[in-house]
Amino acid sequence: MSYAGRILHVDLETGKTELEPLKEEMAKKYIGGIGLGMRLFLDNSKAGVDPFSPKNPLVFATGPLSGTMAPSAGNSYAVASKSPLTEGIAESKAHGFFGAELKRAGYDAVVIKGRSEKLVYLWIDDDSVQLMDAQHLKLKSPHETEKAIREELGDFYIRVSAIGEAGEKLVRTASIINDEFRAIGRTGMGAVMGSKNLKAVAVRGTNDVNVANPEEFTEFVRMIHERMKGPATRKYRTLGTPENVLVLNALAALPTRNFTQVTFEGAEKVSGEYLNERYIKKIIGCATCGMRCDHIGMVPEGPFKGATARVEFECLWALGPNCGVDRLDAIIEAIYQCDYYGMDGISAGVIVSFAMDCYENGLLTKKDTDGLDLRFGNAEAMVEMVKRMGSRKGSLGDILAEGTMRAAEKLGKGAVKYANHIKGLELPGYALRTLKTAALGFAVSFRGACHLRSGAYSPDVKGKVDRLKIEAGRGKIVMSGEDLYNVVDSLILCKFSRGVFYEGLEEMAKYYTLATGIAMTAEELRQAGERINNLARVINIREGKGTREYDQLPPKITSVPVPDEGFVKGAVVSQKEFDIGLDDYYQVRGWTREGIPTVEKLKELGSSDLIPIVKKKIRSQTSKKKRKGGK
Amino acid sequence: MTTIHQRKFVSGDPAKCVGCCVCEYACSMEREKTYNPTKSRIRVVRLNPFVNLAVACRLCEDAPCVAACPRDALEQSQETGVIMIDDDKCNGCGWCIEACDYGAIQLHPETKKVYVCNLCDGEPKCVEWCPEEALEFTTKDILAQKARVAIVKKLFQEALKAPT
Repeated sequence: MSYAGRILHVDLETGKTELEPLKEEMAKKYIGGIGLGMRLFLDNSKAGVDPFSPKNPLVFATGPLSGTMAPSAGNSYAVASKSPLTEGIAESKAHGFFGAELKRAGYDAVVIKGRSEKLVYLWIDDDSVQLMDAQHLKLKSPHETEKAIREELGDFYIRVSAIGEAGEKLVRTASIINDEFRAIGRTGMGAVMGSKNLKAVAVRGTNDVNVANPEEFTEFVRMIHERMKGPATRKYRTLGTPENVLVLNALAALPTRNFTQVTFEGAEKVSGEYLNERYIKKIIGCATCGMRCDHIGMVPEGPFKGATARVEFECLWALGPNCGVDRLDAIIEAIYQCDYYGMDGISAGVIVSFAMDCYENGLLTKKDTDGLDLRFGNAEAMVEMVKRMGSRKGSLGDILAEGTMRAAEKLGKGAVKYANHIKGLELPGYALRTLKTAALGFAVSFRGACHLRSGAYSPDVKGKVDRLKIEAGRGKIVMSGEDLYNVVDSLILCKFSRGVFYEGLEEMAKYYTLATGIAMTAEELRQAGERINNLARVINIREGKGTREYDQLPPKITSVPVPDEGFVKGAVVSQKEFDIGLDDYYQVRGWTREGIPTVEKLKELGSSDLIPIVKKKIRSQTSKKKRKGGK
Repeated sequence: MTTIHQRKFVSGDPAKCVGCCVCEYACSMEREKTYNPTKSRIRVVRLNPFVNLAVACRLCEDAPCVAACPRDALEQSQETGVIMIDDDKCNGCGWCIEACDYGAIQLHPETKKVYVCNLCDGEPKCVEWCPEEALEFTTKDILAQKARVAIVKKLFQEALKAPT
């Protein structure tokens, strides 16, 4: 049985800890990872809690496969809480080594509440759990913190998950970083950690992790290892995700200059090909994984000489083409700075591009930027802005640290036109006007704009649908993508390895059963994915952020036609066609027209306990309608 | 009886090792029937992203661990060079651990006796599993030979390209 069977509760205010058993019913219904994490968030929080309140729980959850030899899943953990960006449900996952260590220490999840008076770190040494003084680690980067903690506790194999200056200063896009390059990147979890005065979680786990059926499990792992050497992971093992740059550029789907254009004239210079030839020094791997995908880049010369970072498409795009920057040395430096301050590279890039757009359009002047010439393409200015944001330096750095949505509101003067976020979370690197299934998928994602909640860009990019229009049927594509990805993120399989499961859910269910000993069919697993999506939706509804009005696209996507020459010229996602997509999606989900899960749907999913939350909302919606009708 | 020249051991190539620790998991499953790197006979060290290496017993000639044991609990196989441990005699004093320059012999977290690589009786599971082929079951002579061939190839790569 590969679950640890225990949930640890820690109160940072009193230093008290408590253990709660993980019930098998809970395990089977919510799997682990984001499913278990979000459920524990719901059970341990009250409606309307402020993300920075001590009462907002921060949940670290491992998966059922964490700590086993399962490639890509053996090393992972997830974090769930309420997001300081979206004020709705937040979740993020990371791989590396930390997750396995936490499982070996004997925990399926750690629920952290309260706020420490002084900066501390949580030291989990198997059964011993202590709060340690961390005032000497103040403003240190996550990696510096990791090294310092290993040194002072005197064990090289201790694993650390930590925040940097951005988290401490409540930069809303702050990340939590483990094992130097691995990030709980999206939705601002580092800021929640910072609000608790919690600098890091350090773990040493020495317990065995056993699986229910070791012989068959080992054979299954061997099969996955073999497949990982094949075509399903080729991209990740060779050029890596930066291969996307030229692919998306050729499809006129590479967002450029804050989502203004869809092709980038400097694409060649920031391509995966160019990057690997000149900057990638070594490709390394996470614990238990045979794929090895971590492309570690190092700048060999010039002003940013020595900057070292793990380079993936998303951050490369956000800080590169999205800011009009075609210099990989500056991009690597900026990614390094994001890791140093502990900040989500996607959000950071999109916020800088937002500021650049405002500058180009006269909403910001040199006075506002403290002399920085924030034009698109100014690589040095981009790097400087990232640093100012990570440390809240200067008035603009401080404003941008609030995220695009809040910064646009603060700046006023129509800046919202240039703010590219959904629900408050910045858009990742797919041009939604020319990838319209993705547009729908990103809009309905429960954690805000995200390519990894449904993978809805995939049918567009692969040409399986007409990507320049939204029509009935897209709702189903998005939904099945979401439900599958909820399973993937609850087992916490790395998404790079999704292709090695040739039989999809069938094989994932088998994997789960071999490890946990709990019977699971493909259909049960799919339903768990659907249950988890509904859970997240209901949490958003509880927080007042889960209805149709929040599933909307930014103005750039809906009202600014694509300027690039060619067959995509003039493309926008009109509200009319977008509404067709939303209606279609809500219908296949079994939700109301307002996007609220129905009582019947929740009953079908065995989630009757969530009904009171939606009942209130449905009632208020119908009475609103009645009032409107009466006028 | 074999000599050190003929004895195969598990060698790690830092140029190929990516620090994934698959060897640790394979070892603990083979020898301990569980997943637990702290019970693995081979351990990975990642100093920074560019420096990764897995380390196991080197089967030294006149092994210092054997010489260091005050209770004669350790013996080196004349056939394979493997260090054999008599659990009845070992009391976990750790002299052997201090004597080993490679950190290859360790104290077992449960039995409190020392343990070390036994080459899986000639078919090391870590070598079989290593996804990068960074681990090799080989002799020191073969390693030296391979290094020589590789360096000469590198020196004369232009000449090798020329048509013969």
